Amino acid sequence: MKIFVPNDSAARSIGADAIAVAITAEAAKRGVAIELVRNGTRGALWLETLVEVEVGGERIAYGPTTADDVASLFDAKFYEGGSHPLSLGATEKIEWFAKQDRVTFSRVGVNSPLDLEGYISLGGYAGLKKALSLSADAVVQEVLDSGLRGRGGAGFPAGIKWKTVLGAQADQKYVCCNADEGDSGTFADRILMEADPFTLIEGMTIAGTAVGATIGYIYIRSEYPDAIAAMQGAITVATCAGYLGKNICGSGNDFDLHVRVGAGSYVCGEETAMLESIEGKRGVIRSKPPLPALAGLFGKPTIINNVLTLASVPAILADGAAAYAARGVGRSLGTQIFQLAGNIKRGGIVETGFGITLDALINGFGGGTFTGKPLRAIQIGGPLGAYFGVEKLDVSMDYESLIAAGGMLGHGGVVLFDESVNLAEQAKFAMEFCSIESCGKCTPCRIGSTRGVETIVKIMSSRDAAEIAEQKSLLLDLCEVMRDGSLCAMGGLTPLPVKSALENFPSDFEGAAK
Amino acid sequence: MTLIMEPDFGTPAGKSAKLVTVEIDGKSVEVPEDTSIMRAAALCGVDIPKLCATDTLKSFGSCRLCVVEIDGRNGTPSSCTTPVADGMKVSTESARLSKLRQGVMELYLSDHPKECEVGDQCKVHGMAKQVGLTDVRYDGANHLDLEKDQSNPYFTFDSTECIVCNRCVRACDEVQGTFALTIENRGFEARVSSGGTSFIESECVSCGACVQACPTGALKEKALLTIGQPTRSVVTTCAYCGVGCSFKAEMKGDELIRMIPLKAGGANEGHSCVKGRFAYGYATHSDRITKPMIREKITDEFREVSWDEAIAFAANGLKKIQAEYGADAIGGITSSRCTNEEVYVVQKMIRAAFGNNNVDTCARVCHSPTGYGLGKAFGTSAGTQDFESVNYSDVIMVIGANPAAAHPVFASRMKQAVRRGAKLIVIDPRVTETVKSARVHADHHLQLLPGTNVAVINALAHVIVTEGLVDRNFVNERCDTESFAAWEKFIAQPENSPEALEATTRVPAETVRAAARMFASAPNGAIYYGLGVTEHSQGSTMVMGIANLAMATGNIGRKGVGVNPLRGQNNVQGSCDMGSFPHELPGYRHISGDAVRDIYNKKWGVELRPVPGMRIPNMFDAALAGQFRGLYVHGEDIAQSDPNTVHVHAALRSMDMVIVQDLFINETAKFAHVFLPGTSFLEKDGTFTNAERRINRVRPVMSSKTGKSEWEATALLSAAMGYPMPYKDSAEIMDEIAETTPTFNGVSFAHLDEVGSVQWPCNDANPLGTPTMHINEFVRGEGKFNLTTYVPTDEKSNRKFPLLLTTGRILSQYNVGAQTRRTGNVAWHSEDILDIHESDAQMRGIADGSWVKLSSRVGETTMRARITETVPAGVVYTTFHFPESGANVITTDYSDWATNCPEYKVTAVEISPSASGPTPISDHGIDGDSQLDSIVRMANQIAKSAPANAGIEIEVAHHIEQFWTPLMRSRLMNDVDRSKLDPIVLKAMELAGVK
Repeated sequence: MKIFVPNDSAARSIGADAIAVAITAEAAKRGVAIELVRNGTRGALWLETLVEVEVGGERIAYGPTTADDVASLFDAKFYEGGSHPLSLGATEKIEWFAKQDRVTFSRVGVNSPLDLEGYISLGGYAGLKKALSLSADAVVQEVLDSGLRGRGGAGFPAGIKWKTVLGAQADQKYVCCNADEGDSGTFADRILMEADPFTLIEGMTIAGTAVGATIGYIYIRSEYPDAIAAMQGAITVATCAGYLGKNICGSGNDFDLHVRVGAGSYVCGEETAMLESIEGKRGVIRSKPPLPALAGLFGKPTIINNVLTLASVPAILADGAAAYAARGVGRSLGTQIFQLAGNIKRGGIVETGFGITLDALINGFGGGTFTGKPLRAIQIGGPLGAYFGVEKLDVSMDYESLIAAGGMLGHGGVVLFDESVNLAEQAKFAMEFCSIESCGKCTPCRIGSTRGVETIVKIMSSRDAAEIAEQKSLLLDLCEVMRDGSLCAMGGLTPLPVKSALENFPSDFEGAAK
Repeated sequence: MTLIMEPDFGTPAGKSAKLVTVEIDGKSVEVPEDTSIMRAAALCGVDIPKLCATDTLKSFGSCRLCVVEIDGRNGTPSSCTTPVADGMKVSTESARLSKLRQGVMELYLSDHPKECEVGDQCKVHGMAKQVGLTDVRYDGANHLDLEKDQSNPYFTFDSTECIVCNRCVRACDEVQGTFALTIENRGFEARVSSGGTSFIESECVSCGACVQACPTGALKEKALLTIGQPTRSVVTTCAYCGVGCSFKAEMKGDELIRMIPLKAGGANEGHSCVKGRFAYGYATHSDRITKPMIREKITDEFREVSWDEAIAFAANGLKKIQAEYGADAIGGITSSRCTNEEVYVVQKMIRAAFGNNNVDTCARVCHSPTGYGLGKAFGTSAGTQDFESVNYSDVIMVIGANPAAAHPVFASRMKQAVRRGAKLIVIDPRVTETVKSARVHADHHLQLLPGTNVAVINALAHVIVTEGLVDRNFVNERCDTESFAAWEKFIAQPENSPEALEATTRVPAETVRAAARMFASAPNGAIYYGLGVTEHSQGSTMVMGIANLAMATGNIGRKGVGVNPLRGQNNVQGSCDMGSFPHELPGYRHISGDAVRDIYNKKWGVELRPVPGMRIPNMFDAALAGQFRGLYVHGEDIAQSDPNTVHVHAALRSMDMVIVQDLFINETAKFAHVFLPGTSFLEKDGTFTNAERRINRVRPVMSSKTGKSEWEATALLSAAMGYPMPYKDSAEIMDEIAETTPTFNGVSFAHLDEVGSVQWPCNDANPLGTPTMHINEFVRGEGKFNLTTYVPTDEKSNRKFPLLLTTGRILSQYNVGAQTRRTGNVAWHSEDILDIHESDAQMRGIADGSWVKLSSRVGETTMRARITETVPAGVVYTTFHFPESGANVITTDYSDWATNCPEYKVTAVEISPSASGPTPISDHGIDGDSQLDSIVRMANQIAKSAPANAGIEIEVAHHIEQFWTPLMRSRLMNDVDRSKLDPIVLKAMELAGVK
């Protein structure tokens, strides 16, 4: 009988390894024959460690478990699906999962990450097979028709980028996957890479095949050692099985994939800085034009997409663009992988079509604050995203609506704060983050972020109304210089959390207590 | 008198052929489509604020001052990084832009000194004013307490003034190609760094590109602080190497503050090296002699005298010698460091006033084989390209040259081409900076044994011929096909195969084959070479071999190809052009030509003698034989730079009147009876001709320290010898050169002042000069292939002298070092060092940094050893910049068979540990008849190496007739022990030319 204990780094951080050890020991002690599978997480971090057993072809879940629960689980014969206080019933039927629409994450957490057969049994490589049967133009058209947009934050239509690279003439083209997931409150890239690396490999292989790129790079932040290991392992497995390397699947196409590890710089998540870093240089922003699609890595035409973008491609090819585009709203088609984090009761991965309301997401899926105190602020889209107040809970979670509401979707991270938060502190944190992570190339970001911290500190510590007004005005001027003058989104978007905090929570910017 | 400010268009010129029209602030301009908005704006007179942009560097987009608004586009893109598009409408001024620029400047000033040390040289405060910023509201963290780096002798790095615009880093990367600078840390803590050490300890080569690029006072010349701001500038030409960079000399009164490379300079296009940019201090060094001096005997002390007395003393001495020993007993040497006009006057004085052709030049010891070899192959003695041509090359072959050290500004261009994708093949015994440096690695390094050049070039040609890689169309259309057929047959012989020659050259046959294929299959293949080609017993043969290779692969007559000698000295091309060789008049016309002599006979009012005069080594031999007793040496230190120092010293000591005209009491002046003070290039008015044949103006930036121009001193001596030369200025000398020399017909100071520079030939057909030569036909009509039989040098390693010494130059020092040793450049290199491979060092018990004795069959010297992998086992290397070590004490009098260019690059030596440093050279007399020995050696060498196209003995006889003095011919016929002569020489002696 199969018992599944996640090998995901989040689960491991709260004791999954100890549970695995305890289960093995307990089974041996009790003479129960088990097969322990270290699967990836299914993304319900609030249920971790989520132990599953396969009974009669169905997966039964128990969680959240700790090593201390193992004996009682055995007592309850959980390996046969026995009843236990932690019993959650059939995994698929847990409401939190059942209400999601898992497309990109359909295979995440089901099997062992490096189980290629398991991957194929769940529909893996159907997308590549389809792609290899189509012309390059047809593959790109399929991606265009799906409406897939860049999930890294910019939301640029992936198909248009691919079409540009396809049309570029060059002796070498590249596919680069941006897995430098640096936004606070985001973890979808990591979970996908750790739990289902073949989906990303398949997506990149399809991209390479479509545009004639024969070399791919996955740029993973050094803070993700488990994801790095999973991707490297999966690349080896896929290469040995003929899914990577020369003449993939007998198609005549070549595609080699390499992992490149970052060196601890947030800004290397910006595509041009990532290219510099892959080339072995300092991670600083390149001016655009030229577009990386025409002159990217080593000056050659390059597709750069985020993990989630590329990982959505296999499903689009396998099930057809129409099926994907049928989801979502307006120009935000398909599904979004939201990451619920911060002060939240039920944090984790929620994949659903665009258009869900913020309320349904954080109160429905998320269950409100973890502390139970009233919700005060929500930051959407990472450290450069806006802080919303509870008056914006009705906003539709899609690219356009969020911009209209003064925010942005970003990489889909949603972070909750209860009433104890001080938004001036958060605004200061935004500037601090920028000052620490700025590459230092352009002046507004390089000097502006430090001045931003200093100015907010002055506001927070002043008891002089005139000075506070003066400094606020200076802060607004600075935000304008940074927004309009910065070279990349790092400096350009840092004003978003600052200004949204200032506008939505003005009472936090009234100086030190008198 | 004002400062010359060159315009800065912000970004480099577009290269696209497609033109588009854009409208900027209502002004329409048509530009190539890859032009930035910033440049287009500058071209129609709109000055967009900028700090990080400059037109010598690729756009970067960091300062965010150059933001603009574009109709129909969102945001405020930076105009430096945004290319124009047809019909685009751009606004560079608006309230929003103005506020944004003020906001950026407010940030800059919040981390910048309130006042800058260099005033307006720092553009930050000026820019704040320009954008209308009055008040800085921030006060917070800053970098104003960082320490200055003063370690470089010429400039300081003051991080407090730095705005982190990266211009210095980019200049180091893009222009110079050294990659010494970087940005350390990120965000607010991002600072310019010379790689974590001080500038002097870093990889920095002090080219000055960073200082040039810096828009603030962060990187600035120390002279700006010690002397002050310049008030006027004069455009002139560097007097170091043959690249011939143009500079603005920025002056305060009569004091030189700094040399700024000129962007409009054709040779350097705004770049420079440590010598030209900074090492000019010798011109005002206290060692400078500014008054004439004389003495009866060289053992006496010099005494200062008036110009009149000095000239009279010199002239009397020379006249006395001629009266006693005949007209041929005196001669002179022109200087490749001096202007064309000065050289022309010296050779004219010798031919017209001395009445003989005993004139030679220091090119004798460097590029004389180029003159001979290229003359034979193409019909004229000059490189075929301009420097810019290398931008169009697909494969660059560098032979016997280390431009990274000796021609740094050209090296930077070449390295840019390599970084853009051009392939690089280097033929050199050493692993030089040209073989391997930051982001430049030669695709093939043919690391040959010194002295086997001709074997390597033959092996390369063998592959091209036998593998069907010859460009038949080019050969058939452009070359002498008969000579090609003979050459093809010769080169295809199995003894010329890379496999057969591998044991000789030590270059693996496969490497030779791969390099040959790479070169022959390139659309554009270019060859650059230096003294590693010429300074050999077969220097001239090698030059012809290079010409053969270029012709066989069709690489002549367009951009990106060609045969390019990298000239050592600023005016070595010019001094050769000016008729400095004893056998030819200006423009490379042999002295025996009646029509040519007639031009000068008429112009000068004299009767020129139709026979060649003495070459420099002939003069030394003749001096020791008592036939040659008076010498005028113009700006050349033969006592240090010529080979076999003891022999040279003995010859100089034997003379009755040695006149030295120079800046310093150099080694030669120690043997002089008259010292005439010379002028530095900063005082000269004239022209230099660089390795591209580019004639550049040299303008006086300060008054002459001696009160006279050098040509005036020469003219005075000439007049005292009975032949007045009443020129009123040097422009008039150039006019005479132009009138009498067809390739210079169109040249005048007025024309050069108008157009900047021209590459000869410059005449009515090509008033702007000729960047690429031999485009439709060769100067001699058809290109001629010459047979290049490899003849090993007689200078071989043996049991007593088992190592081969080769010599060269280093970046910071220049030749004999008379100038650079008197500058801050000694900070990098203050003595000559012997490079030796670890195995050779270990075998001899030599430790890194210890004193070693270096001995050859002619002499010995002492220097420190450096154990290095840059030389292979069996080969040692040193420089010859310092008289203390005097590397030429050990070089021999072996020389090129055709031109007597010394074989500096191969000397068999032994090395042994030494307890102490150098001791003075132990001069001694020379036994035997060195003249006769030379005659035998030279004749036999000619017989072995002359190309046998027309029957070898005819060639030998013709050669001797063309280049030997009547006296030497007569000694060959009458005094030589004929049993010592090659049978071919004996046959040649039957022919009219020799008799």
